[in-house]
Amino acid sequence: MDILSLRTPLSDSVIQTLKVGMDVRLSGVVYSARDMAHKRLCELVNTGKSLPIDLQGQVIYFVGPTPAPAGRAIGAAGPTTSARMDAFSPILLAAGLKGMIGKGYRSDRVRDALRQFGAVHFSTLGGAGALLSQHIAASKIVAYEDLGTEAIRQLELVDFPCIVAYDAFGGSVYDAVGPQQESAKTA
Amino acid sequence: MRSIAFEAIVQAVERLCIDCAYELPSDVVAAINRAIQRERNSRAKEILNQLLENARIALQDRIPLCQDTGLVVVFVEMGRDALVAPPEDRPNATLIDAIQEGVAAGYDKGLLRKSVVAEPVKDRKNTGTNTPAIVHLSFVSGDEIKITLMAKGGGCENKSAFRVFKPTQSREEIMDWVVDVVARAGADACPPFVVGVGLGGDFEVSCLLAKKALLRNIGQSNAEPFYAEMEQMLLAKVNALGIGPQGLGGDTTALSIQIETAPCHIASLPAAVNIECHSHRHKSIML
Repeated sequence: MDILSLRTPLSDSVIQTLKVGMDVRLSGVVYSARDMAHKRLCELVNTGKSLPIDLQGQVIYFVGPTPAPAGRAIGAAGPTTSARMDAFSPILLAAGLKGMIGKGYRSDRVRDALRQFGAVHFSTLGGAGALLSQHIAASKIVAYEDLGTEAIRQLELVDFPCIVAYDAFGGSVYDAVGPQQESAKTA
Repeated sequence: MRSIAFEAIVQAVERLCIDCAYELPSDVVAAINRAIQRERNSRAKEILNQLLENARIALQDRIPLCQDTGLVVVFVEMGRDALVAPPEDRPNATLIDAIQEGVAAGYDKGLLRKSVVAEPVKDRKNTGTNTPAIVHLSFVSGDEIKITLMAKGGGCENKSAFRVFKPTQSREEIMDWVVDVVARAGADACPPFVVGVGLGGDFEVSCLLAKKALLRNIGQSNAEPFYAEMEQMLLAKVNALGIGPQGLGGDTTALSIQIETAPCHIASLPAAVNIECHSHRHKSIML
């Protein structure tokens, strides 16, 4: 299968070319954020306050890495379960976010928001934190240092392997696979 | 009585934590290799090979297998003729203290992620040490202490389930429910899974049995042929779901289904399913 190399930030014209199931190698800056960082960011958006990072055109990676060994940018850094961010993602998409990286299913509300705001969701290899760490060249904390592993980090990806799991047209790579997910319908 | 030094337990637990994080157990590697032989879906085959490549990188480059280095669950089988000798300056220190200190040391020295918060709802502040670990203690004959440690990931634990069946319900009805629990776990919980099933006991014992079932090496069936057959039937049904590695399709949704049972009340048939991801990190030591 063809592999598409992409650089962040993602432009609207590039996003229009992405379809579910496409293999992608992602390079450039993305931001790490998981549950607690999402909760804080959305509280700021909901109260009209400014965010610690500019989300315009950016990509968030749902990850909480292990500490970096000496001489390395980062420790193990695979994706966490995307569904736990379902309540927050539509708010951040409305605020300018253009892409996310995680593992597993997204809710119908997230799907609708991806279509409404012209954004995409990538899935990467769950449980392959050692392999994926080799595709992260730099990492620095840019917000919420008190959250430890859950702090927001600016990460520099190099040919980071993922697939387009949800595209900007309402499609999902999981639709064709196995049984329908009840949890995704009700989340 | 045989005396075992407090510090020996601390060091053994520290070692188990680090080994678990960096070394995929041989029973899991063998099960993935067998799955690659059977798998018909090319993308699934590629993902399974990437999981083995991930294990090689973890070992060679000393990067944990997964960033979720887990909540530590420890099963201790304490020989009735074994005694833990506390340090001279801490006469009240216990076996449980030694285990917690070993976990804190292992997660610090091993550069592992600290994934434990001190309380669940109010402020969820990280304890910074990955303690407390969950410890289950049982007493056995002999003068040795067997420590079995699991590093349990959160994503798969979240998809586990408990249910009480009527005593008159059939094996088929239980199997349908187990398959449904696995189907709902889907891509979120990092398939291919190892699935622990606990049947019998009461509310809490069935859940504990489901976790204990995960400690058996993959390939080792339940000793009772009725349940061994049920394990095989469940594995066939689960793999027929087509969810596959990473939930992207294929024949390999689970590597193994492992059942443990216990006696129970005439009114009850408690059942629990503990979902474990492919990064099934478990290791034992005998002291």
